[in-house]
Amino acid sequence: MSENLLTVKDLKTYFFTASGVSKAVDGVSFTLKKGETMGIVGESGSGKSVTASSIIRLLPPKIGRIVEGTIDFEGKDIIKLNKKELLNFRGKDIAVIFQDPMTSLDPVFKIGNQMVEMICAHQDVSKEEARKMAVEALKKVGIPQPEKRMESYPYELSGGMCQRVIIAMAVCCKPKMVIADEPTTALDVTVQAQVLELLQELQDEMDTSILLITHNLGVVWKMCDTVMVLYAGKTVEYADTKTLYAQPLHPYTWGLLDSMPKLSDTVKGELNTIPGVPPDLRLTGNCCNFYNRCPYAQERCGKEVPELVEVEPGHFVACHRQNKENKLVRGEENRNE
Amino acid sequence: MLKTIVKRILQSIPTLLIVVTFTFILTRMIPGNPALTMLGPQAPKESVEQLEEELGLNKSKGEQYVIYLKQILKGDFGRSYSYNQSVVELIKERIPNTLVITLTSLLIALVLGMIVGIVSAVRQYSILDYIFMVLALIGVSMPIFWLGLMLVLVFSVNLGWLPAMGMGSMAKGVWDVVSHMILPCFCLSTIPMATFARITRSSMLEVVNNDAVKALRARGLREGVVIWKHALKNALPPIVTVLGLQLASAFTGAILTESIFSWPGMGTLIVSAIDNRDYALIQGVVLFTAIVFVVINLIVDIVYTVINPRVSYESGKGGN
Amino acid sequence: MAKQKNTATAEVLGAEAHSQLIKRERRANNVWNKLRRNKTAMIGLVIVVFMMLMAILAPLIATHDPNAIKPSETYLSFGEKGHIFGTDEFGRDLFSRIVYGARVSLIAAIGGTVVGAIIGILLGLLSGYLGGAVDAVIMRLMDGMLAFPFVLLAIILMTILGSGLPNVILAIGIGNVPSFARVVRGQVHIVKNEEYCNAGRVLGVSNIRMLFRHILPNTISPIIVYATLNVAGAIISEATLSFLGLGISQPTASWGNILRAGKDCLNTAPHIATISGIFILITVLGFNLFGDGVRDVLDPKMKK
Repeated sequence: MSENLLTVKDLKTYFFTASGVSKAVDGVSFTLKKGETMGIVGESGSGKSVTASSIIRLLPPKIGRIVEGTIDFEGKDIIKLNKKELLNFRGKDIAVIFQDPMTSLDPVFKIGNQMVEMICAHQDVSKEEARKMAVEALKKVGIPQPEKRMESYPYELSGGMCQRVIIAMAVCCKPKMVIADEPTTALDVTVQAQVLELLQELQDEMDTSILLITHNLGVVWKMCDTVMVLYAGKTVEYADTKTLYAQPLHPYTWGLLDSMPKLSDTVKGELNTIPGVPPDLRLTGNCCNFYNRCPYAQERCGKEVPELVEVEPGHFVACHRQNKENKLVRGEENRNE
Repeated sequence: MLKTIVKRILQSIPTLLIVVTFTFILTRMIPGNPALTMLGPQAPKESVEQLEEELGLNKSKGEQYVIYLKQILKGDFGRSYSYNQSVVELIKERIPNTLVITLTSLLIALVLGMIVGIVSAVRQYSILDYIFMVLALIGVSMPIFWLGLMLVLVFSVNLGWLPAMGMGSMAKGVWDVVSHMILPCFCLSTIPMATFARITRSSMLEVVNNDAVKALRARGLREGVVIWKHALKNALPPIVTVLGLQLASAFTGAILTESIFSWPGMGTLIVSAIDNRDYALIQGVVLFTAIVFVVINLIVDIVYTVINPRVSYESGKGGN
Repeated sequence: MAKQKNTATAEVLGAEAHSQLIKRERRANNVWNKLRRNKTAMIGLVIVVFMMLMAILAPLIATHDPNAIKPSETYLSFGEKGHIFGTDEFGRDLFSRIVYGARVSLIAAIGGTVVGAIIGILLGLLSGYLGGAVDAVIMRLMDGMLAFPFVLLAIILMTILGSGLPNVILAIGIGNVPSFARVVRGQVHIVKNEEYCNAGRVLGVSNIRMLFRHILPNTISPIIVYATLNVAGAIISEATLSFLGLGISQPTASWGNILRAGKDCLNTAPHIATISGIFILITVLGFNLFGDGVRDVLDPKMKK
């Protein structure tokens, strides 16, 4: 077993807005091992991106705050890092690939200059060396005519190309971990697979860990060693990918897996959806967040917040009806109601 | 990019033509007979008529317009009767004086205003931000000539530290030149400074909160680099636009400032031209200023294309 | 059973609390309430209302006849012989002149803005709505006008028209036409392509009806913001013209010509220039504060 790189425990990040406290992340726990890939899945607003922003400590100033929990990266507590240490942590230890490649590059600087700037910020090299490294990295991510591209502005490239540039920039500093926040959502379908493959290749080559945030369960199956399911800011289930797909335990995960279109489905069949809407994040925290949409809900579910428990080694779930002694089986008649 | 620039240059030609025509119409509308004004009310009828013929005033308005256009193309702006000098010469004489105080003031205003704006944006809602923004608002709300009078009152009349009138001469040393410039420049730079501070703040705020800046921070770049290099360059376009507008209004400000501090520039020239009903001079100065304006706007637009490469890319957004 | 569960859900996830949240949000988003919470806008509004009341109630507030000359009491300072702000070079009561001056200055500024707005809105609507050659001609004309520095244009207009309040209004108004036309034209361009306008066109709504019933109302909020901020500028314009001796002429009091008179006796009676300038400053500040506040409330994205 390889060692742990990142351990997040009971992370709570709240947004303090004029209309109340929004519990964007309200109890997220997971562990990412060296060289592995973990997927975070969940619908929009479930706290995926806020979790990522919390890990690199880039929350909107004044409004967003980590109120509880620990983020342990190779023995350092990220929450306690000072400004200077954070600069070395971001970019060097951990690189982030954002959803929209067009807005994650500075539009008014040439690509080459941006890459050189970042390399020089983290490594003790001259500008010429940095330039060479940048060209090398561009070549590695499969950008044709890298020297020429160094002189391009971001708007002169396609979305897929930009995302490659960002990946090149990320790998330049050989980070221990890459956070990919929906890296393919803004791209054409044909380019999506290429970008993911590229990520995987680089991971194999450099033994980097990847935290992949997505709402595409197919991508998770293909890329990830472990998966965490987030719902309304809370970890509801967390296991290795095979287990989660083979034996999902949380009713929300069931719904999520069902709502995935399958090739085997009849062409005209309707997509399965989970009825209802997620709760307002300003009002959560008094019961199971899935209570109003859960077909298996019991009285207790509406009164207590379920703890995240390890039902089997490596398989965590937060549901009142799932624990070591008591197993809820899918499709079971909801007798207690 | 070149295409945008050429298009912009071509666009300003009709504007120039309109400016030239407006000036002609407006100056012809000023009441009173220029020939009569020049010679005085007691002048004999014959000499008035003779002068009218010399000036081409007895020709039809259409002919006058054609002659006027021809003269302008030749760079001839006519002759000022009150100074008894050619208008072009007068402008040539005065324009450096105006440029000295306008450009110095604008430079001071731009640098200080931008610093204030950036600091305010970075520390949004802090006490410093509030103080700066209240001061900036007072700055843009002040009539410039009142500020000038108050400066004279405090620093010349009451404290006696600085001269209130005229321009210093190098013969009396550098301090003489500088001391004469302090008050006019202070006066002239206040409003643009406040404007720059306000626009820089709002433009920076827009940039600082966007995704690109978040991505830059995620790269582990120092906050100084993120703000002063990346965010600032992204925030520049509106500031450049305002710089263009300020160049224009600084000239207006100069007219008033000069008349308060008796600074021998274009401002005092036009005021005296109006007082003397010196039509050729009024027409010349107005025309000259307007042409300068069109050219400044043109330059601003070109600079805009250069600092913001997206403009020429998203074609058509370069002009107005 | 389903019903039962719904009520339970309502209690637990706080449907009550949720509807209150929504209500609170709706209340918070109401324009007037937003404006009321905007401190700077309220300070601005108080100043503006105060100055307007002063102008309207001038005969009640003024302590003396603003034009009564008293050669024995010239250049009195603050509070001397019952003159709150002292007297000017003719021994006229400065406080009363300032109060009456508010009338002239505000009428000139607001009148000038209204004249500029009406012509500018019409030109902007035509230009934006019809497009093509009409648009090109109008906009090039506006560009040409904008090429003249405002003060210069106003100076020439005043030389042509001669001094006096109606002419000041006209000069300020004409000077303001191009910027209003531009603002409106830009706004029309945005509104014109909205769905409901296309729908209207398909349904065969006439051009005039389209312009005044559908497009104009949707361009109104930027116009209000622009006009409010414009009044601030117009107050300074009036002061500038009068200061140069081209605007309101003596003996009628306006803040600008009081300031002009104060300039000539800066050494002997500095209070004249000081006090008239302060009134201009505070009023302009008031309109700017209020305009900024209204802009933030109506459209936080509209920055210029």
